[in-house]
Amino acid sequence: MRKLMTAAAFALLTFGSTAMAQETLKIGYIDPLSGGGASIGEVGLKTFQFIADELNAKGGIQGKKVEIVPLDNKTNPQESLIQAQKAIDAGVRYITQGNGSSVAGALSDFVTKFNERNPGKEVLYFNYAAVDPVLTNAKCSFWHFRWDANSDIKMEALTNYMKTASSIKKLYLINQDYSFGESVRSTAKAMLAVKRPDIQIVGDELHPLLKITDFAPYIAKIKASGADTVVTGNWGQDFALLLKAAADAGLKVNWYTYYAGGTGGPTAVKQANLNHQVFQVSEGIPNLDNKPSQDFEKALRAKYDFSLFYPRAVNEMRMLAAAADKAKSIDPVKVAMALEGMEFEVFNGGKGYMRKDDHQFFQPIYISSFGERTEKEPFDEEKTGWGWKLIAKIDTPATVLPTTCKMERPN
Amino acid sequence: MLELIVISTLNGVLFGMLLFLMASGLTVIFSMLGVLNFAHASFYMLGAFFGFQISRWFGFWPALLIAPLLAGAIGAGVERYGLRRVHKNGHVAELLFTFGLAFAIEEIVQIIWGKSPVDFRVPPLLDFPAFTIFSTNYPAYKIFMLLVSVAIFAALLITLKKTRIGLIVQAALTHPHMVGHLGHNVGRIFMLVFGVGTALAAVAGVIAGPALVTQSNMAGLLGPILFVVVVVGGLGSLPGAFVASLLIGLVQTFAVSINGSLSEAFGPLSPAYATTWLADIWNVTVAQIAPIMPYVLLVLILIFRPMGLLGTRDT
Repeated sequence: MRKLMTAAAFALLTFGSTAMAQETLKIGYIDPLSGGGASIGEVGLKTFQFIADELNAKGGIQGKKVEIVPLDNKTNPQESLIQAQKAIDAGVRYITQGNGSSVAGALSDFVTKFNERNPGKEVLYFNYAAVDPVLTNAKCSFWHFRWDANSDIKMEALTNYMKTASSIKKLYLINQDYSFGESVRSTAKAMLAVKRPDIQIVGDELHPLLKITDFAPYIAKIKASGADTVVTGNWGQDFALLLKAAADAGLKVNWYTYYAGGTGGPTAVKQANLNHQVFQVSEGIPNLDNKPSQDFEKALRAKYDFSLFYPRAVNEMRMLAAAADKAKSIDPVKVAMALEGMEFEVFNGGKGYMRKDDHQFFQPIYISSFGERTEKEPFDEEKTGWGWKLIAKIDTPATVLPTTCKMERPN
Repeated sequence: MLELIVISTLNGVLFGMLLFLMASGLTVIFSMLGVLNFAHASFYMLGAFFGFQISRWFGFWPALLIAPLLAGAIGAGVERYGLRRVHKNGHVAELLFTFGLAFAIEEIVQIIWGKSPVDFRVPPLLDFPAFTIFSTNYPAYKIFMLLVSVAIFAALLITLKKTRIGLIVQAALTHPHMVGHLGHNVGRIFMLVFGVGTALAAVAGVIAGPALVTQSNMAGLLGPILFVVVVVGGLGSLPGAFVASLLIGLVQTFAVSINGSLSEAFGPLSPAYATTWLADIWNVTVAQIAPIMPYVLLVLILIFRPMGLLGTRDT
């Protein structure tokens, strides 16, 4: 009898959730909400919720209300798979994740296998920030779409700019010890060897991911190496604390970064008093002369106390809506087909497109530096008074790199 | 090079002293109660969060005093109402109790302060470079951390060696029944020691909070290293914990600053290895494995000197 009751209760629960799923479009947000990655994971979550609110205000996607389901993966691949399964069990057909290419690799693999085994229940994986090139090359998947420029594209842009900076003589590389950090260091070395063979690489460091709380020993080493420039792909806490330690030790070098704008980064840069000495390569900054993105920025800042670090997340969600409209369905397979090759006016202005061959999104890329503002830069960051200044814009066609992806499409 | 050595020594000693603040309490509690307190690092975290909250309300200096007292009171309460009851069921139950306590404290901290780091700042009074050596600034706050740890170490040593309370505590370590027969309240001594031990961990938390990161996983990051300190130093040995703390602080800091790898040391002998399946191990630098150095030390000590550097008994 008890067994029957449990079964009945369970069945009720399951029916309940399917009924719910038909009214809403659930997006499983699998990212760190605790531990070393939590500071950026929470900002990401609020950003997605803000974008979902914006879409819902316009009637949602295909009449369905968009709901973001937060799932804490502790920046851990195994934990992410548990969370992904949990999300799927709760009726989620779209998952999104960004922090950590190690996690992204595991998720892409998981989703691909899941879809093979569960035809008719396909799940799409939208990657908004994990930039290891392998995800759209050797290990590409039909079910994975990436909105951030991959690490090679970013490094290509960064080194093209560094080529013109004649002050760089001695370079230090410091990166996180996992697939992405490894990719940054090897690409940087390979590209600079061609573009600026005169630059001497005086240090090449890998440190544990999101585990270091005091970077003082690393800063002492950079100082001792006599470097004048540092290249780092560090993100989240690993960037903020690195710069904090640099500020404490009074290390004055130029920093070429991927993610200086992340939570805590701008504060640390200001503290280190590195006025326009920290460069970032990204798909957008608040201080671009583009009215729609500036209006969005104002609305976001009015609601939360952070700025938009993820223009790519806006592109992702708006493109999901556009693809669903084009397919006239929220069925993941139809949406995936609609996304392939889709052209899109990106958040910061300009044309972008989702390449069909590897599901990598191509978009204009900007190099900016952080420091004192002029009247052209209305927005500051983290109440420091300093803001991002545009240094160079790379148009979409110039960011396109070849891919080795051999995509396997469902029949 | 000299610059790197001086700065690394300073950083290493500082980290070592911080470890000692926590390990001292852990090791004394162990020798007295026979319990390895798994929740010890949680009191370090509690200290940091209490420090953060109190410094919001009253400023950093009152926090430095009140937070450890609060954490110490909680620690004493845990001993009096938790451990002492569990004690009847033997050591395994006690061990499991502290193990569960660590998780409970972490969850409570997450409920109250959230999972992301809190903004615990260095007090403005100490937010300046103390001195400059070879063009590198050394922050005044770190010097302050060093001074506080040294002061507490001295106070602890004097209390244990020179005062009456210290004598009784030392006696209770080895002969609790005799001390009880002499008319001392052994239970209260245990409670006091547990309270002071956890308060010391909380002091470490308050002073480390602003310099490192105050977040709910900070106990988990430091806890394992703490056990390494206690085992390497010798279970129950205070001087041993001191030596081991400094040793681990220095080993970890210096390992970061060394670039050497197997391929650099032996590469010229057999360059062919660099391209084989050995390549991964061959090219890993000492700096990359710095975080596991303490554990390598732990394994070596357990193999070659199981009683620890200055330990007296074989446990």
